[in-house]
Amino acid sequence: MWVLCLWPLALLLLWAGRGDLTANPISFITNWLGDWALRILLVSLALTPLRLVTGMAWQMPLRRLLGLFAFFYVGLHFSVWLAVDHFFDWRQMGTDIVKRPYITVGMAALVCLIPLAATSTTGMIKRLGAPTWRRLHRLAYAAALLASVHFLWLAKVGRVEQYVYAGALAVVLGVRLWFAGHRFVRSRIAHAREAS
Amino acid sequence: MLVRRGPLFRESDVTPEAVYLNRRAFMVGLGAVALLGPAGAPEAAPPAPAPLAAAPNPAYRLSDPPTKWEDATMYNNFYEFGVNKDDPAKLAHTLKPRPWAVQVDGLVAKGRTFDVDELMKVAPLEERIYGLRCVEGWSMVIPWIGMPLAAVLKRVEPSSQAKYVEFTTLVDPEQFPAQRKGFFGFSSLEWPYTEGLRLDEAMHPLTLLTFGMYGKVLPNQNGAPVRVVIPWKYGFKSAKSIVRIRLVSEEPKTAWNKAQPGEYGFYSNVNPTVDHPRWSQETERRIGEFRRRKTLMFNGYADQVASLYTGMDLKKLY
Repeated sequence: MWVLCLWPLALLLLWAGRGDLTANPISFITNWLGDWALRILLVSLALTPLRLVTGMAWQMPLRRLLGLFAFFYVGLHFSVWLAVDHFFDWRQMGTDIVKRPYITVGMAALVCLIPLAATSTTGMIKRLGAPTWRRLHRLAYAAALLASVHFLWLAKVGRVEQYVYAGALAVVLGVRLWFAGHRFVRSRIAHAREAS
Repeated sequence: MLVRRGPLFRESDVTPEAVYLNRRAFMVGLGAVALLGPAGAPEAAPPAPAPLAAAPNPAYRLSDPPTKWEDATMYNNFYEFGVNKDDPAKLAHTLKPRPWAVQVDGLVAKGRTFDVDELMKVAPLEERIYGLRCVEGWSMVIPWIGMPLAAVLKRVEPSSQAKYVEFTTLVDPEQFPAQRKGFFGFSSLEWPYTEGLRLDEAMHPLTLLTFGMYGKVLPNQNGAPVRVVIPWKYGFKSAKSIVRIRLVSEEPKTAWNKAQPGEYGFYSNVNPTVDHPRWSQETERRIGEFRRRKTLMFNGYADQVASLYTGMDLKKLY
């Protein structure tokens, strides 16, 4: 899994070493890192629905690693924007965060992921208590939603990838909602039986 | 503070074509990427076109060094070939730039159809080095070869009702693969691609009817065999592979304006003080440079064209 997750970065470094990053390397690198952040985040969010649908559980321990790698790529994506693309031009970046909705939601997605990365250790789960920790980590869904909107809003007319990601997220969230609804109905039925 | 100047990559860093193609093959092989990227085998870069002689016009020379030929011919927006920057170079061989006819008509006294080889002889060809600013926030410096569009327009004698000029790009799904209907009839833009200028903009000496670049005939991916270049406007205004130039009395409908009227106006003058709704236009990245540079009003041609827009609110008429 480590190898798989580091592969996109390794490719990027390989191409950088060859000077083979298109005519507009900074834009290419930013897009590449953002693409992979979103892909890994979506995969990490697909593991639980996969268990719900198929009953398979082997993939569950991978959630933490994938979540952290998603954060890693988001961090790189953001750092390139900050340090390379805008070269610490705080005024312009500040204006962009406030005035450009796609940058605002992108930034919000990054902010959502920070507490998740910070509380990713087993120690933190213990300290927060599993229910609190679980509630906090629902932010991952918010982050994925914001990231998908970020991509939908920045994409130019005629592109389709942004809809593919938004569709994948809708499926992943839909499965969760479907099962949550079932659980809710089942528990109501059980309550009704107990009462009668 | 360490500030890096000059191009990020040297000529010697340019990857040999075989390695470049390997990379593409590899990418296509990646499952996730293959799903989203273009399917099929990678295409070789098209061969360099034939030389085209033209005298440099010293009145129109940007002092900045021209963009590398490889970048100017392999990083293009030409939606008839596809939405990716590398689609035009890969698919350009499908376009047949000869024989080619250009209809020049509408509100004119002597409307007619020119063969492109005849059109090239209407006035002497000259080389001009212009800045090219893309609405996406990057720019290039390109030595174009062409003649003032005014020379051709005068030849057909516009009538007094002619107020605008409309340019139409070829429609032929055989030659322009992205004009074929995609899934669910999905298409990026409405074809044909049309663009337009006010007549005074079209007659302006900077507006160049263009047949070549870098001392060569226009490569297909750059709009062969004939395009316009309007250096003070965002790149998409400069229609490529033109089959018709029509003089009209009403403001023509333009392709990007039809697709997203709130984002792409008729004028689309390069203007650092008017943001694109989704991004700032204050700065640009010159292809080959590391740091962003400030975008200049009218792309640096304010002295020559600002008077065309006296009294107009350029925030409204963007």
